[in-house]
Amino acid sequence: MTARGLWIVFCLVVAVALPASSGEADRLDERRALVEEVRKMGRLDREGVPDLDAAVLAALERVPRHLFVPEDERDDAYENRPLPIGHGQTISQPYIVALMTDLLDLPEGGRVLEVGTGSGYQAAVLAEVGAEVFTIEIIEALGKQVAERLAALGYGAVKTRIGDGYYGWKEAAPFDAVIVTAAASHIPPPLVRQLKIGGRMVIPVGNPFQIQYLTLVIRETEETATVRQLLAVSFVPLTGER
Amino acid sequence: MSRAVLASVALLSAAALGYEVLLLRLFAILQWHHFAAMVISLALFGYGLSGSFLALAHRRLEEEGRFPLLFSASALLFSVAAPGAVVVVQAVAFNPLELPWDWGQAGRLAVTYVVLSVPFLFAANGIGLALQRFQTQAGRVYGADLAGAGLGAVGVLGLLAVMPPLEALLAAGALGVLAALLGSAGVQSVRLAAMPAAGVLIWFALAPGIVLTPSPYKPLSQALNVVGVQVVAERSDARSLVTVIESPRVPFRHAPGLSLLAPAGPPEQRALFLDGAGPVPVDRRLSGEQEPAYLGWLTSALVYELVSDPDVLVLGGGGGRPVSQALGEGARKVYAVEADAKLVSLLRGPLSAFSSGLYDDPRITVRIGGARAFLAATRWEWDVVYLPSMAGGGAGLEALRTDHLYTVEGMGAALDRLRPGGWLTATTGVDLPPRAALKLAATAAEALRRHGVADPGANMAMIRGWSTVTLVLGPRPLTPDEREAVRLFASERGFDLVHLPGMTAAEANRHTLLSEPSFHLGVARVLAADGGMVGYAYDIRPATDDRPYFRDFFRWRLLPSLMAEKGRGGPGLVEWGFPVLAAALAQALVIAVPLILAPLLLARRSVRGEGRWRVLVYFLALGLGFLSVEIAFLQRVVPFLGHPVYAASAVLGGFLVFAGIGAKLSGRWALGSRARLPSLAVAALALAYAAGLGPLFEAAGGLPEAARWCVALLAVAPLAIPMGMPFPTGLARLAARGEEGAALVPWAWAINGCASVVAALLAALLAASFGFGAVVVMAAVLYVVAAATVP
Repeated sequence: MTARGLWIVFCLVVAVALPASSGEADRLDERRALVEEVRKMGRLDREGVPDLDAAVLAALERVPRHLFVPEDERDDAYENRPLPIGHGQTISQPYIVALMTDLLDLPEGGRVLEVGTGSGYQAAVLAEVGAEVFTIEIIEALGKQVAERLAALGYGAVKTRIGDGYYGWKEAAPFDAVIVTAAASHIPPPLVRQLKIGGRMVIPVGNPFQIQYLTLVIRETEETATVRQLLAVSFVPLTGER
Repeated sequence: MSRAVLASVALLSAAALGYEVLLLRLFAILQWHHFAAMVISLALFGYGLSGSFLALAHRRLEEEGRFPLLFSASALLFSVAAPGAVVVVQAVAFNPLELPWDWGQAGRLAVTYVVLSVPFLFAANGIGLALQRFQTQAGRVYGADLAGAGLGAVGVLGLLAVMPPLEALLAAGALGVLAALLGSAGVQSVRLAAMPAAGVLIWFALAPGIVLTPSPYKPLSQALNVVGVQVVAERSDARSLVTVIESPRVPFRHAPGLSLLAPAGPPEQRALFLDGAGPVPVDRRLSGEQEPAYLGWLTSALVYELVSDPDVLVLGGGGGRPVSQALGEGARKVYAVEADAKLVSLLRGPLSAFSSGLYDDPRITVRIGGARAFLAATRWEWDVVYLPSMAGGGAGLEALRTDHLYTVEGMGAALDRLRPGGWLTATTGVDLPPRAALKLAATAAEALRRHGVADPGANMAMIRGWSTVTLVLGPRPLTPDEREAVRLFASERGFDLVHLPGMTAAEANRHTLLSEPSFHLGVARVLAADGGMVGYAYDIRPATDDRPYFRDFFRWRLLPSLMAEKGRGGPGLVEWGFPVLAAALAQALVIAVPLILAPLLLARRSVRGEGRWRVLVYFLALGLGFLSVEIAFLQRVVPFLGHPVYAASAVLGGFLVFAGIGAKLSGRWALGSRARLPSLAVAALALAYAAGLGPLFEAAGGLPEAARWCVALLAVAPLAIPMGMPFPTGLARLAARGEEGAALVPWAWAINGCASVVAALLAALLAASFGFGAVVVMAAVLYVVAAATVP
């Protein structure tokens, strides 16, 4: 074989091998770019804190989102958008994941319950901010798949369960925070009761592809809780053209 | 020409119209949208494409002896394409929810549109071939075509009463095979070809893989994912597909608006889904004496604080919850009106034991029928009139679904049925920024004003929970005691006051906290005499019978600002029904119009001859005008017949038949000096209908269903007959010009086809923005233009 022939073979080998190796790669650059995009958006719930917590952003940078979506969606894994994951479910938009994690205001090593595991991405982000995570999924196929995925990706400490999330996880209660990503027609009182005093619960409201607003419940005392409804976007509907 | 040919034309025409109506049902089951406008548009696209094709190929197609083969081939292709197109479209899996994130979805919408139009192309080819082949007896062929269409429109409703939509679709396909065999005139090859076509249909019928697969994001699909869930009953007819499911392992707990302070949650529930939307819960009642306690902790229970031992009219009984709530809150008697007979039969049948015989309770009277028709017909009065809850819904994708109860006129009709001191109540979902609540207040206030109330705010109270908003209104102001009762009810249950005469802003935002009391401030501005919400980003003008889209809040200027906030989830704040339909219009312009014109351009059929532009304007105006009138009329018929599919059958079938009669009658007018008269008559009649049809239908609202169908069809006739005249008149006058005129005929067909395809969608969009009255005025102007440009 001539040198030229060898060169062609080499190029072919590289060309064939490259996509495979980039598929396996960590895709850190893309993730950093996404985190930068999310960081710039900040936090707009007008509670006087303009920036997202640095620890949350760092967690977002460590979790390989592309490994939480089906293979045919991996190209778009580092777009700041929700993606379908099968069973009529989606993996949430990274900005919304960051915002919800931030709103939980978790203490170091805090204990958090997630209702609606989905792809497991939110649970992984919570684990990365140092929380002890308990997560419940209602769809059996999804629940089994995600338990394996979390273990394989080094999030084996996340405790998973398949079943009804309405009554929370009594053995592990009380929690510093609860996040309810499954559709809820009302705020489940048992989950409020499993919050520590001062504990926070976040419930996104909308359809799988479009979050309309977030609900933040803070358990103030044994008997009382405050409920806030927050928009994630910066949008003033009254333009004042009178 | 044999009778068999006429019968086969009629069968093919029936099958095509049946397919059109079936598509409406199938879209409702598979998707969220009320896709009527798109289905009408794509059907016309198929017909338009066929017109261009036949105009070009007619010399080759007309060769002696070819007709039986070509006709039968068209019919067979239709028979396979009708179910085939639905299978392909399911595989394409257009997901409107993903549209803001993925432009590829626009491509899927386009493929859906084109694929579904293919069966119409084949059916139109068959009918067109028959018309060309038997030109000397075109009247008879046309008559068979129209009779078939009329038959198909009514027949499909009967078919849907006895079989599910997918089987009905195969039956429409089988009609195509029958038409092919009848029209084959004994040609052996057709008989041979019919066998594989029939085989394909049988395969569709038997293959387990060919099933309806609704969007995985619809509530029923989501519910069926849950471990242990099972379907316990299913009922289907032309109106809806009702699915009842139970979930023993993860119980349903559907209670929108439930107070966080409620001492008890909902009991065991079964869930009903209508066309996959819902759930509509059915509560387990332990006995006929005791209602579930949680019902008193919903915002919708507010009205019962203002009355004692009331007689209650529940419009939209659903799964029985509002009826049960009324009984639990002390109602003496409840009169429940439910449009969907299947819900009533389920509650009286398989769900009777579960609900402890709720609908057989002697305190309850159940009546099946449309709410508006009932309100128009009844002379009784009640202490409480309860409108069906608008909480929940389809992600804004139901925005262009019409609702004739949540309009100024609908609420006015309900107010008319209140006893002195009685109250009307309505509940809707919480959305941020507020819009449904503000539109509800605006609509109610306008209804009160028309009722002679000078200061509507004094007669209204509104409260807000975490996920629902409830409004109570009446013909007289709330007394100080009643206001206090509202305050007490709200504070005991952790609900916020949105509006109460004399309340302060400080009272408004105490329990479910918002960054500002936007509901209270919004309603206050809506109720202010100067109409203070002019600059609002959402459309919260009162819904009216002319613009009956309570769920649509879309304004174009909303889109750029919220798409700029895409990264923060901005698209979640848009109701997508309107923009998705606008996307369908855009693609109709980009795909359908060029495809219809392409054959003519490719064949270098130039537009020549004197006054050619005048000819094109004439046929353009007719195409736009005809569909605008038809869509506006369809809209008026929906509440009168009680359901969009009934209305579509009556109107599409009725217009075809009567316009066909008009076309037949047009011969005597066509070449004379009075050729303008039909167009002018349509313009005048359309305007007269816009004013008179509402009152006519209102007056006839109490008639039995069959009689209402007759009224609707009789109302179609005087309008549709002259509407059928201008098009053949134009063609005849072109033909009379000799070769120069004849060269323009294919263009006339094509331009008219393009205009129709566009108008079906444009009329629906214009109606949402400006109202159906505006659409009719536009149509009248178009007919005047047509009158002025008669070739």
